[in-house]
Amino acid sequence: MSEQVTTRTYVAGFILSIILTLTAFKVVDDGLLKGWGLTLTLIAFAVVQLLVQLLFFLHLDKERKPRQNLMAFAFMAMVLLIIVLGSLWIMDNLNYHVMGPEEIIQDEIP
Amino acid sequence: MNEASKSTFGFWIYLMTDCLLFGSLFATFAVLRNATFGGPSADEIFSLPFVLLETLILLTSSFTAGLGVVAARAGDKRKTMMWFGLTFLLGFSFVALEINEFAALVREEHSWRVSGFLTSFFTLVATHGLHVTIGLLWMLILMVRLYRTGLTAVAGRRLALLAMFWHFLDIVWIFIFTIVYLMGVAKI
Repeated sequence: MSEQVTTRTYVAGFILSIILTLTAFKVVDDGLLKGWGLTLTLIAFAVVQLLVQLLFFLHLDKERKPRQNLMAFAFMAMVLLIIVLGSLWIMDNLNYHVMGPEEIIQDEIP
Repeated sequence: MNEASKSTFGFWIYLMTDCLLFGSLFATFAVLRNATFGGPSADEIFSLPFVLLETLILLTSSFTAGLGVVAARAGDKRKTMMWFGLTFLLGFSFVALEINEFAALVREEHSWRVSGFLTSFFTLVATHGLHVTIGLLWMLILMVRLYRTGLTAVAGRRLALLAMFWHFLDIVWIFIFTIVYLMGVAKI
């Protein structure tokens, strides 16, 4: 962290975060989007807010070289994505393949 | 590397490992989100306005913690106490609201014993709540020390680490708000 951090940075981060939170809430409340469109929209809002808070609250951009914090963060993000997406991929696949024939039929006839 | 940036980096590494802990809990929740086993599903038990209130409270507390660090760096003890005091009150209301939510769920027999979905929900959200509670204790200790010994360089550094922890908890909450509550209510 450097000396350039001021109240203004925090106010900007706070306002942006509030806007992003309320918009994400409104998107779900209105119910206009569904399925994958909604999933991707909500994930996008969360990731943008993550970036806003990393920059405006945790000042990751103001770090001096060799930027160890950023490196540690990037490595953590990679491991985290492998854990989360890998679990979802394997478990959904397993879920699909071990489903008995009756359950598949039940799925098709409402 | 001086002493201050060493401790900042060490604490940052801790936060990254904590992120992985939450990542595993998120993965568990994502896998089990539809495993309701005859119990209630997410859209039946969550109230979005209530969660929005929790979210705004925690977000505001993250903001006031940041202002506390700015005040500490400016050497203004009174303002530092005020901003961290406000952060404490907001954090405390957040935990109170969460305990209230959990108690209501358990009262309606939607406890963690009902289904895989509820087990993973309680584990994920309560682990976050536990972190916030520990953060509150830490804040209380730092504020008592600040009141007694004044705004020394060490005190300022500790407050900066606490604020980092607090911002990190708010970042985890963004994803709880999105993945658990918003997507749960939208039946994704």
